[in-house]
Amino acid sequence: MLSLNRIPVREQNPDLRKHNFEEVCFGYNEEEAVKEAARCLNCKKPMCVSGCPVSIDIPRFIKHVKNSEFEKAAQVIAESSSLPGVCGRVCPQESQCEGKCILGKKGEAVAIGKLERFVADWSREHNIDLSKKSPFNGKTVAVIGSGPSGLSCAGDLAKMGYGVTVYEDLHEIGGVLVYGIPEFRLPKEKVVKPEIDNLKKLGVKIETNIIIGKTITVDDLFDKEGFSAIFIGSGAGSPRFMNITGENLNGVFSANEFLTRVNLMKAYKKEYDTPVHVGKKVAVIGGGNVAIDAARTAIRLGSEAFLVYRRSKDELPARAEEVHHAEEEGLNFRLLSNPIEIISDDKFWVKGLKCLKMELGEPDESGRRRPVPIKDSEFIIDVDSVIISIGTSPNPLITSSTKGLEKNSKGCIVTDGEDGRTSRKGIFAGGDAVTGAATVILAMSAGRKAAKAIDEYIQNN
Amino acid sequence: MYKILTKKNIAPETFYMEIEAPKVAKSAKPGHFIMVKADEQAERIPLTVCDVDTKKGSVTIIFKAVGASTELLAGFDEGDSYLDFAGPLGNETELLSEDLEDLKTKKIMFIAGGIGAAPVHPQIKWLYENGIKPDVILGARSKDNLILLSEIEKMADNFYTVTDDGSYGRKALVTEVLEDLIVKEKKHYDLVITIGPLLMMKFVCLVTKKHDVKTIVSLNTLMVCGMGMCGACRATINNETKFTCVDGPEFDGHQVDFDEILNRQSIYKDEEKEKLYQFAHSEQEFKNRRK
Repeated sequence: MLSLNRIPVREQNPDLRKHNFEEVCFGYNEEEAVKEAARCLNCKKPMCVSGCPVSIDIPRFIKHVKNSEFEKAAQVIAESSSLPGVCGRVCPQESQCEGKCILGKKGEAVAIGKLERFVADWSREHNIDLSKKSPFNGKTVAVIGSGPSGLSCAGDLAKMGYGVTVYEDLHEIGGVLVYGIPEFRLPKEKVVKPEIDNLKKLGVKIETNIIIGKTITVDDLFDKEGFSAIFIGSGAGSPRFMNITGENLNGVFSANEFLTRVNLMKAYKKEYDTPVHVGKKVAVIGGGNVAIDAARTAIRLGSEAFLVYRRSKDELPARAEEVHHAEEEGLNFRLLSNPIEIISDDKFWVKGLKCLKMELGEPDESGRRRPVPIKDSEFIIDVDSVIISIGTSPNPLITSSTKGLEKNSKGCIVTDGEDGRTSRKGIFAGGDAVTGAATVILAMSAGRKAAKAIDEYIQNN
Repeated sequence: MYKILTKKNIAPETFYMEIEAPKVAKSAKPGHFIMVKADEQAERIPLTVCDVDTKKGSVTIIFKAVGASTELLAGFDEGDSYLDFAGPLGNETELLSEDLEDLKTKKIMFIAGGIGAAPVHPQIKWLYENGIKPDVILGARSKDNLILLSEIEKMADNFYTVTDDGSYGRKALVTEVLEDLIVKEKKHYDLVITIGPLLMMKFVCLVTKKHDVKTIVSLNTLMVCGMGMCGACRATINNETKFTCVDGPEFDGHQVDFDEILNRQSIYKDEEKEKLYQFAHSEQEFKNRRK
């Protein structure tokens, strides 16, 4: 008899986990994974695959799991994704593969994400070598940025036989996977590093501390380094501020700064030197995954956290699972609240956040109901830190130093269609640098499509 | 890994380090800075490029060991290597984009305080190599703390030194010398470039504003990334928030909100004290990290 409910996944107790940076979700063990995989109907026309930005053959890998053929399952996923341990953890499955699962109509969708994660973890723990590469074809490609789009582009090109060099401006590889997403959601040593090591096994060269546009220019990559093509996956790392009074007070941080200190610089560990400051009470402004990450990080550093968002809970752009986890950990929601001023004490430190109450009006261009201020509804949230998480824009370093590379009014690189072709011959781009801030999996998908286009471009030139 | 080719203790707690970093050396221009991270656990520290040797592929930095992290940097010896060294970052000095013939007709004054002599050095050197000798005021707490004295003196037109205690040059503040030059000696300056402690830059700007002399300052605010992704370095310039790492580090000094930057420098005061305490009380562990 088919169960309408999925096999529950074991998680760290909220009261315990809010004091540590260990991973929240433990994932399935073999027995649980096999049981959950048995729920898959193996549909003739699998809708889940069409919901996956990188088109993993989901029913096929799940069938292998059901038969306890975990290595075969890993091989199926590897055909389409080089970062399964990452995606199994951070993809918004509920609006992608799982959102399309036929079981979801009557009961709970198959836990595709958790199964992907299980397969990735199993294959890593069993040292399965998934690197199938072709012999070097004599051509080289430069990839700028070692985030999800750059890594998946590099992986695909390496498998085709290209010599690939990835340039990263920070000292660590992984982009947003290492500086943005916290350890308790995506373990760095356990998950991110091994998946990057798999790319190195494919022969991908990675150079850190190279700032393209400063250390070397895009034109140098062609003219002096002799690359045949370039992929730009430099992300959207520049934090936006609200332009309200008090934003430069002591105790106000961008979510990027706060998370970079904690994740990349490991400020949560005593033996690391980079300081992080989080007050007794912190207001995090925003409602996306980054805002939730920042709030949950603040809780773990001992702060009482308030999430200040101008719409209602239904409109929160963050993943439902993360919102749920944050609630369990004691995050306070101040919804329908729009910050208008950060209040200072006499020493230039944050003393409070002044907000206006909002109500929802007619839907706006995004289809979500527009928040409208309620007259004379000012109130103050008593906090001593504020973290601003209202979005990021692409960093202008590359576009401003590369002649003829077209960008739009938001600073995003303009590409022609889906394959990432830019206004400059031989230069392709993808991920947040093109779309503005989006998800890990969409960036990976863009990287993969660009890899295919780069291959075609080089073959025809 | 980035090898330390030369290490010199050039003044009290002040270190001159020549670092092997060929790619940075090739692209660094006056005004640029780098981010250095000594080892796995260390902070990323922004330091101005003081000099480059493209033949040797080396970059020179000068810093004062005043906090936990700069002490860690200073603890490394010749032959040791820093783990990370990224750059060049920031914008090259505005001078480089000016018309050279036009620059030759202008009277330029550099005012450097303490360790600020290090970042003005490459700018003065660039002018000198292009046949321009600027006036320079070099100030420090005492004679011992005057760095790059002879190097800068030989490239300067009129050269003035001041110390707080009078142990070398005039016992005065740099602003007093500047005021005297403009008011008493009726000297005309087209441009003042000042780098040093924030308070000194603030007061130099007050003087030059009064006399309507264009003034460039270089801001060394708190930074984490150095490349525009964290916003830790933000400062208010002409009532607008700017990131000193990508929008600067040079700005029109008359537009800078110095008081805000002075306040922001203290954000991590308590954490910094705690780290220094930790270092002081676990000397062996600290020593072990110097490799």
